Amino acid sequence: MDFSRLHKYASPMHFYSWSLAVAPWLGIACAVLFVVGLAGGLFYAPPDYQQGESFRIIYVHVPSAWMSLFIYMVMAGAGALGLIWHVKLGDMIARASAPVGAWFTFLALATGSLWGKPMWGTYWVWDARLTSELILLFLYLGYIALQGAIEDRRTAARAGAILALVGTVNIPIVHYSVEWWNTLHQGPTVTKFDAPSIDTSMLIPLLVMSLAYTLYFCTIVLVRTRCEILEFERNTTWVKQRAAGVNAV
Amino acid sequence: MMSTLVASKAMLLRDLRRSIRRSQDLAQSLIFFVIVITLLALAIGPDDQIFTTIAPAGVWIAILLATTINLERMFLSDYQDGTIELLLLSSASLPALVAAKIGAHWLTNACPQILMAVIVGAVLGLKTDVLVALGLSLLLGSPILSLIGGVASALTVGLRGGALLLSLIILPLYMPTLIFGTAAITNAALGLPIEAELFFLSGVAVLSASLAPFGAAAALRIRLS
Repeated sequence: MDFSRLHKYASPMHFYSWSLAVAPWLGIACAVLFVVGLAGGLFYAPPDYQQGESFRIIYVHVPSAWMSLFIYMVMAGAGALGLIWHVKLGDMIARASAPVGAWFTFLALATGSLWGKPMWGTYWVWDARLTSELILLFLYLGYIALQGAIEDRRTAARAGAILALVGTVNIPIVHYSVEWWNTLHQGPTVTKFDAPSIDTSMLIPLLVMSLAYTLYFCTIVLVRTRCEILEFERNTTWVKQRAAGVNAV
Repeated sequence: MMSTLVASKAMLLRDLRRSIRRSQDLAQSLIFFVIVITLLALAIGPDDQIFTTIAPAGVWIAILLATTINLERMFLSDYQDGTIELLLLSSASLPALVAAKIGAHWLTNACPQILMAVIVGAVLGLKTDVLVALGLSLLLGSPILSLIGGVASALTVGLRGGALLLSLIILPLYMPTLIFGTAAITNAALGLPIEAELFFLSGVAVLSASLAPFGAAAALRIRLS
């Protein structure tokens, strides 16, 4: 296998150029999918037989919850690339992903809470899923706080990678312990959505929305990573030349 | 191999000796622990029944807070006087040395706290079963706190806002331990078996013991690179 090519695309300078070309297309695809998914979810999908129209919040809620976990994995994976194989781009992607992931986690919690009010009669219950999502938000915030506290970007990225990896080992433990804790404490009985029991007309918009969210994340991370690259590499010749070029235009 | 063993033993003894000579630090953390329990009692009011129900949770929270505050000290003085640099240059394996440091920290900080927790529990009138569960859950849970805490302590050593940053990072990671530690005590109070919780805590303790020294060593290398 030709690793030199891979290496080339992973170098910050090349990444900067190709992401500049790719990001707008991803953004357009994301916008189209958003429109299709929202139209499908808000207008074409039939109301739920039990929950009526309120169920439609799953089209923003469930993809956010998926993204919150997915982005944590991306962050830990990219951080590990930077930590173990010294791929600088990994450091930058990890750093760029964290706030996006934290916001998705917050969005999942907020939309879930808004849905909970009409359905469960309360904004918050100590349900296992809610609690582990909240802990996930704390993990993100700890990561961001650590990034903010270390001046040197390289050190910050590598320290963050260790924290993200410790968090990754911890996430399944948190998940199962919280689930067990909840059954022990006999929380309010919660009727959950069972993914397989959802009707196709409701499922398709959900999948489209998930794809839209994923593309949104990819687009934003490409843009944010470019910004990270400029700050990381501000003393290199190519960044200076590029900056000079932009100024000339 | 031999030199690593000798070096870790020397490290352990050095840290133990140093903590004993600075017994003021130890006293402070114990006093802090008792104060948190007192605050809890004051906040709840003099109703014995409620207090006995909440006491296990209170003891665990107090232990978590006292541990978190102590964690900052794990590497701080060695970081400030340059000892850590010497450890990095040493031919002995760094994870082994770090494990010795974490072990010393556990022996000098967690062990007295566990003893204090059991005494406080006895004074507050917890039943024998509950006291045993409290002691066992702390005995198995506190190594987890020290081990994961070691990684976070190494990551944040010498940073501004160290203690607060450290607690922000570490407390979410402590939640499973808290859940199972308090669940064991609650079960004991209800007369239910507590083996499952204790097995879980032992499992996580073994997992942390096998991974955390490497994580903490890597963290120290990064912070000092």
